[in-house]
Amino acid sequence: MKLYQKTVFELSRLMSSREVSSVEVTQSFLDRIEEVEPFVRAFITHTPAMALETASLVDRKRSNGEKLQPLAGVPLAIKDNISTEGLRTTCASKILENYIPPYDATVVEIIKKTGMPLLGKTNMDEFAMGSSTENSAFFTTRNPWDLEKVPGGSSGGSAVAVSTGMAPLALGSDTGGSIRQPASFCGLYGLRPTYGRISRYGLIAFASSLDQIGPFAMNPADCAMLLGLLAGHDPRDSTSYPEKAPDYLSAMENRNDKLKIGILKHNSENGFDPEVKDAVNRMAGLLEKEGFTIDQVELPRTDYGLGAYYLIAPSEASSNLGRYDGVRYGYNGGGDNLENMFSRTRGAGFGPEVKRRIMIGTYALSAGYYDAYYLKAMKVRTLIRQDYKEAFKKFDLIIGPATPTPAFRIGEKADDPLEMYLSDVCNITDALAGVPSLSAPAGMHSNGTPLGLQLTAPPFCEGRLFNVANYIYRNRDPQLPERPAVRFPEGGAE
Amino acid sequence: MEYEVVIGLEIHLELQTQSKLFCSCSTSFGKEPNTNCCPVCLGLPGSLPVFNRKAIELAVTAALALSSEVQLSSRFDRKNYHYPDLPKAYQVSQYEKPVALGGCLKLEIDNEPKLVNLERVHLEEEAGKLIHSGVSILGSDYSLVDYNRAGIPLLEIVTKPDLCSGREARLFLEELRMMLLYSGASDCKMEEGSLRCDANISLRPRGSEVLGTKAEVKNMNSFRAVEMALNYEAERQRQILVSGGSIIQQTCHWDEEEKITIPLRSKEGSSDYRYFPEPDLLPLLLEEKEIRKLKAGLPESPAERRLRLREEYGLGKREVSLFTANRSLGDYFEKVGLKYKDYGNLARWIQGDYLYQLRETGKSEDALEPDKFVELLVLLDNGDINRSVAKELLAEMMISGESPSRLVSEKGLKQISGQDQLLPLVEKVIAENPDAVNNYLSGKEKALKFLMGKVMAQSGGRADPGEVNKLLKNKIVE
Repeated sequence: MKLYQKTVFELSRLMSSREVSSVEVTQSFLDRIEEVEPFVRAFITHTPAMALETASLVDRKRSNGEKLQPLAGVPLAIKDNISTEGLRTTCASKILENYIPPYDATVVEIIKKTGMPLLGKTNMDEFAMGSSTENSAFFTTRNPWDLEKVPGGSSGGSAVAVSTGMAPLALGSDTGGSIRQPASFCGLYGLRPTYGRISRYGLIAFASSLDQIGPFAMNPADCAMLLGLLAGHDPRDSTSYPEKAPDYLSAMENRNDKLKIGILKHNSENGFDPEVKDAVNRMAGLLEKEGFTIDQVELPRTDYGLGAYYLIAPSEASSNLGRYDGVRYGYNGGGDNLENMFSRTRGAGFGPEVKRRIMIGTYALSAGYYDAYYLKAMKVRTLIRQDYKEAFKKFDLIIGPATPTPAFRIGEKADDPLEMYLSDVCNITDALAGVPSLSAPAGMHSNGTPLGLQLTAPPFCEGRLFNVANYIYRNRDPQLPERPAVRFPEGGAE
Repeated sequence: MEYEVVIGLEIHLELQTQSKLFCSCSTSFGKEPNTNCCPVCLGLPGSLPVFNRKAIELAVTAALALSSEVQLSSRFDRKNYHYPDLPKAYQVSQYEKPVALGGCLKLEIDNEPKLVNLERVHLEEEAGKLIHSGVSILGSDYSLVDYNRAGIPLLEIVTKPDLCSGREARLFLEELRMMLLYSGASDCKMEEGSLRCDANISLRPRGSEVLGTKAEVKNMNSFRAVEMALNYEAERQRQILVSGGSIIQQTCHWDEEEKITIPLRSKEGSSDYRYFPEPDLLPLLLEEKEIRKLKAGLPESPAERRLRLREEYGLGKREVSLFTANRSLGDYFEKVGLKYKDYGNLARWIQGDYLYQLRETGKSEDALEPDKFVELLVLLDNGDINRSVAKELLAEMMISGESPSRLVSEKGLKQISGQDQLLPLVEKVIAENPDAVNNYLSGKEKALKFLMGKVMAQSGGRADPGEVNKLLKNKIVE
């Protein structure tokens, strides 16, 4: 077994017992990147030299006997909407193609302090708007289980990097499913933490009241370790939760089989693949066998979630993206007067989906429409929160499908925004409610791509998600591959 | 038909904080462009705002000073528009739920009380500053942006349409400025842009309850400009109405050179700012306890001070007004007044010779130790020195800080009084100036002044002028 195939937990152990060095570990992932990246294209920017430099620094510290964090020396990949000082951060947009932030996001600061080598910045849908990475201004990332299919999005690059072994861990961001949907499509664990659990400072905003940074990993323990490192209060983010984070690893390992789990009854399952439902039921059966109580749960008003989300998120986006005007940084389209420069910069700098959402949001916030659209959507959001509150009085956890279908073909939904929006239908209401939500692998579709189970907990109960997910992980089907065997097309990369 | 003018004001006030509203950058004025900046006030992607508690305290203090009702829960909203001086393309402001509602300011105009009601008081952030290569952004080859001011905390105060003339608007602003200076919320320096004012103005037939169509007047850079601009605009509107025309709602620019208001393109008046709650900030919650504490800490208001100066010291209108407008001079008056009880005399000295000396020397209002001032006045009151010597001494004390008694004995400035010493001088002057004596005798009062001057000169300025006057008259008549 090569180093890149090992769990983070194992890598951490091997490094702290000095059986391997961080440089060796990092090199193993860099080699893997060289092998796989040309076929899947998960990274916008590669940073091998920076990664090795961090790795050797960690190795030096370790040999000096310094006390290091468990994740010291473990490399990772970061989505390209998280600011990295001195390293371009593009949001996969032409408008930020050459933008180099002068400061680190809070999560990046923590990662640097811990000594985690940065492998690169990963591809995404432009400004995190999309569900397939097809909206990247640069290129589309491919699903490693089937190169003709999308990896999901918007954090598609991060999901692919981890599932192919190019990185042991990655950070994504989830506004309405952008971590959980690609995790489901690529067969790995992806967590959207409680809103406020991880600082958003330095995460380039799409929809501020919904954006959350979260980890991708190959198993619940690795996921818990990364969350534990990053969760905590940040005085620079007014919406960050003031309490310290608990020890998620021990929360995960506690025997906790008395929990009551609600299996989500979707009011409408139009467009749901039947195998998705089977997979969820299979997972429910497995948990029942482990001693959990399973019953049906309803969130009656979540039908309105998608509609509310596609008003709230674009409204906030229309405001958040106003600053890309060519005056201070990023792309400048020129022009002979101010208005001209604004419209040329934004006209040529943004892609079609970003423009669509800016226009939807601008419309929804306009005088005369505000009450009917934005305000109404906010009221729906409050009702949805109440639904969750009610449900969590009876249940400790809610499970359901992570996506209505497995990964779709590249180009299949590219011309139909509504179809594309529907691929996040399972993820959106958790985001509106601000509750933590985890996508876990739930077997394979008959077409050979992964399926995902979504687990949802009350606010700040991420430990419970890891705990239950770990039962699923331990009971995974040994016949099924954990990672895709990337089938390289004849003649190599395009 | 007779028209009446209706004016409401919007005042923007820079709060006197060390750091900006949502980041820790300095607010100091006049720094190199773009040096008081960080990712937050530059609106760099991914940056987030955090409240400056001091700005909130000052906003609440100002609101309390204006009797505005401080809200326990208020909220920040985003005001969206594109302009190069606005780094995020939205201004964080308070739209639906301002920090304080209502309030009023009492004025006295021509001895009549006048109450001006306030609509609201809210907090917002300042934009940056554009520097054009030409006169305006339209005619310029290029424009530069300085974001040093971006994010400085501003307080916006909106009045009800309670003002009736340019003069009333100016008097209101003067009183408001003094009120806020007293509260410590702002230094209200118009020339540094820390106090700005826009106005809404309309006309209606006298007696009507319905408001007419208004114009918004901007770019008034002094209180005087406010008065002139509003009077001009009122007259412009009146002429339109009288000639049967109607007013269109628009924004006008006050042209300080031409002294006229110039309508801007009407498009700019009808912007849709697409306000919505700022998702990066939590609601602004205040506790009753906090508000009570700030209220208890409010210093005396200008109105309270006027009343006290009148009642405690029996001062006249002019002195009351001076010691209120010039707060530190008033404070100095009260400090000296602790040990010198002839308040009328003290007030006359302070607003006369002392103020004159302050201007001459450029020193601060408390330049002279109060005890020394008292000493000087007592020397004068006891007849140890005369008035002109006292004035001279004051000038000298301002520079050297020396005690007046010491100066008197060192320089031999003690007043000369009593027949024994004065009579020989008086007789000498009468003998030497027969023409003046004759003039006086023929009824020319001026001649006596001339003779007085001669005697004073003979005494080296030290003679008691009252006594000299009496002796001269007696001697001449003899």
